[in-house]
Amino acid sequence: MTGLRAKSPRGANLVIWAGVSDAETRSKEKISKGGDHMAILRWRDPFETTAFTELNRLQEEMNMLFDRFFGERTPVRNAGVFPAVNVSQDDDNVYITAELPGIAGKDLDITVEEDTVLVRGERKAEPEGEDVSYHRRERGEGKFSRTVTLPTRIVADKATAETKDGILRLTLPKAEEVKPKKIEIKVG
Amino acid sequence: MEKNLELRGKKEMESKGELTQRRPVFIPAVDIFENKEALVLIADMPGVTNDGVEIHLEDSELTIRGKVVEEEQTAMPVYTEYRSGDYYRSFTLSNVIDQQKIEASMKDGVLKIILPKAETAKPRQITVKAG
Repeated sequence: MTGLRAKSPRGANLVIWAGVSDAETRSKEKISKGGDHMAILRWRDPFETTAFTELNRLQEEMNMLFDRFFGERTPVRNAGVFPAVNVSQDDDNVYITAELPGIAGKDLDITVEEDTVLVRGERKAEPEGEDVSYHRRERGEGKFSRTVTLPTRIVADKATAETKDGILRLTLPKAEEVKPKKIEIKVG
Repeated sequence: MEKNLELRGKKEMESKGELTQRRPVFIPAVDIFENKEALVLIADMPGVTNDGVEIHLEDSELTIRGKVVEEEQTAMPVYTEYRSGDYYRSFTLSNVIDQQKIEASMKDGVLKIILPKAETAKPRQITVKAG
């Protein structure tokens, strides 16, 4: 029966995977894990050596170099998922802003956990009436979902969100234990 | 199949002249369509309020400008994926527009301009008379 088993689709699959080099398998895993729910702060695999990722890294580093040269405070990165987000923090809160033009608050679904935020929503097409012809179509519509991994733990119950002029702003209070504390030094 | 909204990076405008500010100027993504009555232009300009929009139509050149009020940044950026700045884009219109009836509205960072066609520019059905 062993011969038959080798011909089954499962067996064939195994043979194909065995032929793929270690590095390629790893990059494939990365892609399948990515998808729509891409975390923003990713650990880089120090052993990642495929030419593609190496090129990406080089490009990102060049971009960072340029951004620093031209006085940007932080380099602009691209996660490849809509919407682009900016994350900032002060002593008490973590802030997330995203540009969501044409998306009202009611079309948004935000889930906050201890250290991740999931923003989901849909942009609906503008009602255009009958008998229209397009000259340009650049804006796009459809669903989106984005996960953001936060730099610290937050209190999910006290998180607030507001939209104004197409910009979403989330205020996420930091968990008490991660807030910076001042230590008084006694002068003896 | 469900359509997903894709990330399209903001396009920065290359300025011809010297800019008086250090902030970038972006080219907003637009949809332009026309029906029998009007030409409709929709532009994504997140962060622009009603007062921040400037629309200019001269001859057949339409210019839109959006000013974003810069907020005082007190928090330290951790991760930056987009930058804020003003918007600017100009178009050349091929239709004859009735300038008196142009309507513009701003909602959720989206500008919508309705440019009604002038009477002369509306399509007319021409019937051929049998001789």
